[in-house]
Amino acid sequence: MRATIAELHRAEHGAILAYLIRVLGGDFALAEDVLQEAFAAAFEQWPVSGLPPAPGAWLRRTARNKAIDRLRRRARFERPIGGLEPEPTTHQLEQDAFDQDETGDDQLRLIFTCCNPALSLEAQVALTLHTLCGLTTDEIARAFLIDPVAMAQRLVRAKNKIKVARIPYRVPDRAELPERLHAVLAVVYLVFSEGYAATRGDALVRQDLTKQAIHIGSLIERLLPEASEPKALLALMLLHEARRLARTDEHGDLVLLEDQDRSLWDRELIALGIARVKDALRMGGATSYGIQAAIAALHAEAPSSAQTDWKQIDLLYHELLKLDEAPIVHLNHAAAVAMLKGPEAGLALLTRLTPELGQYHLFHAARADLLRRASRRSEALAAYEAALKLVQNEPERRYLQRRVAELQGRAD
Amino acid sequence: MQYILLIYASEAMQAKRSEAENNAIFDGYMTYTEEIRKSGHLVAGEPLEDTRSATTIRVKDGKTLRTDGPFAETREQLGGFYIVEAKDLDEAVALAARIPDAKDGCIEIRPVMKIPGM
Repeated sequence: MRATIAELHRAEHGAILAYLIRVLGGDFALAEDVLQEAFAAAFEQWPVSGLPPAPGAWLRRTARNKAIDRLRRRARFERPIGGLEPEPTTHQLEQDAFDQDETGDDQLRLIFTCCNPALSLEAQVALTLHTLCGLTTDEIARAFLIDPVAMAQRLVRAKNKIKVARIPYRVPDRAELPERLHAVLAVVYLVFSEGYAATRGDALVRQDLTKQAIHIGSLIERLLPEASEPKALLALMLLHEARRLARTDEHGDLVLLEDQDRSLWDRELIALGIARVKDALRMGGATSYGIQAAIAALHAEAPSSAQTDWKQIDLLYHELLKLDEAPIVHLNHAAAVAMLKGPEAGLALLTRLTPELGQYHLFHAARADLLRRASRRSEALAAYEAALKLVQNEPERRYLQRRVAELQGRAD
Repeated sequence: MQYILLIYASEAMQAKRSEAENNAIFDGYMTYTEEIRKSGHLVAGEPLEDTRSATTIRVKDGKTLRTDGPFAETREQLGGFYIVEAKDLDEAVALAARIPDAKDGCIEIRPVMKIPGM
């Protein structure tokens, strides 16, 4: 029974909470209290009474009744004093609102509120995982390797700001939607990226985070079916996720794309991803996520690194650079150019990035790799050492050390 | 709900602008103020003399200590404010974004605290 309830918590938390926040006038903390009470009631009653026929609906109904109780009690005890105008939203009991089923819209409201750019990016990420995905403070703190107390404070502060500054619980209107949606997707992609290539710690991949990001991405895709950008982002995440098993070996060590056992790639995820790339490109023209997903699709379709359509990938990077001139895009482009035209061509592009990426370990790792291919051994060694000084992730460190050992062992 | 919109802009940059440019900004403020008065958002708003005219005081042991200049030396200086009525932060953000100095300077938005009985 405990396991069933825990499972339900994962599955239903976001939707019920999204509903409660709406009917409770945007009060996140109160909504969380009420939802927790509903789960506590389930823990108490279900082992005795047995699982109700529709557990999700039971939880929702119980939470709803508790919310109504809370509002009635509040209205009784917190009558407006003096000239203070009552907060209309939390004190008014609108029975109608409680019975409106707006599950999809409520979840969108929740996403857009958590990802309101008036909150810090860290707070947006934490709040989204906490409310929409039902991750506990400890779980989020662990995922981002942050002190749980600091994480708890971050969440409290974010909820307070929503309340005090009155950040609205609504989906932005049409004029604002593209910009705000872009901000939401940036949060989702940040969660995914942290899961896909953890910046610190012992594991290269944090599957919990990639799964949550894909979960939110799918939800947004379903709720905003006419927008191309969510589809493109979901495609990109699915295509990356498809390679997860092949990206590390049995010791948890990093395996580069060209060395990966492609039979380990998840064909089902690849098919889902590719279908979405096509839809996204047809629907909305070129977006940054769409082009990145198209690049990932070309990799996914190639039987080997040598048989990859590097020419097409090079062209796609040129398109991507028109939209996104970030140094990291240039870095990835240089790697593709090296595959198409040889390591020296890639190195020529990389050298220009030194001022911007000099503190980024993957820049030095990529340079080292190309220098090694170009048989410039001592320069390659120096670049690997530079990367080792900056790397913070253990599997990546081991990979770099292995390369150094290989080069040092080579007599030439 | 009331928000104060604190307008920060660089006085150094203002000094460098031509008279025509400063006049255009002044006209922008006149138009903006009139628009938000008509739309019912405006509660109050005033421009401030520049920070060369500022005096900061502190009371210690019953004595008032005065210092010349603003409380903090910053790259951009507080140059004026509006208090507006807005239904939520997003509306306040939209109002703040239309302030002429939002382009070169910045606007800090703070909810006005409501005290019972006042």
